[in-house]
Amino acid sequence: MLFVEVLSWALILLGSFFTVVGALGLVRMPDVFTRMHAASVTETLGVGFLILGMCLQAGLGLVTLKLFFLLALFFFTAPVVTHALAQACMHEGIRPVLAEDRRGAKKSTGTGDGRQT
Amino acid sequence: MFVIAAAAILVALALAIARAIKGPTVFDRVLAGNMVGTLSIMLLAVVGFLTGRPEFLDIGLTYGLLNLIGTLAVLKFFRHGDLAHDSDVEPSS
Repeated sequence: MLFVEVLSWALILLGSFFTVVGALGLVRMPDVFTRMHAASVTETLGVGFLILGMCLQAGLGLVTLKLFFLLALFFFTAPVVTHALAQACMHEGIRPVLAEDRRGAKKSTGTGDGRQT
Repeated sequence: MFVIAAAAILVALALAIARAIKGPTVFDRVLAGNMVGTLSIMLLAVVGFLTGRPEFLDIGLTYGLLNLIGTLAVLKFFRHGDLAHDSDVEPSS
């Protein structure tokens, strides 16, 4: 089954790529909302591709069932955590940094800047 | 090839820990902590395949459930000041 092997390695490499990209975005993005966006890349694409690749490696069986449970767990919990985090940020008074604030051309008073605690 | 996946996950783990140390607000740290949990689950799965013991997936599943509960508990604590918050009462802050 060369085709399944090649497909599974390609999926695992793609998952590794998206994992590193999401972590890089977590470090380099400017404020907490864009960092959430970057982290969700890791939690959907990275984890999804890695788990699908491992499913193809494991073949049909109990291991694949456990991997699908893990995938379903991430599928449901990652949006819940991201939503709760964004809601807590908005409640705390942190606002998203808008594009005109980053350019510094138009300094709108009040609404733009995130509160730094 | 699982070695490459493990190395990528370790690099991502280092970047997430860097954000957790650096992060200006507490929510950055919570986000980085959640991502450290996610990446450690994937590292458990990959190392389980690497050593030929996929039973590590059970530990990963448990860790995933604990990760959700822990993150939500920390968020609720920082939002309301306690964990036993009554949702009918509006927060005073």
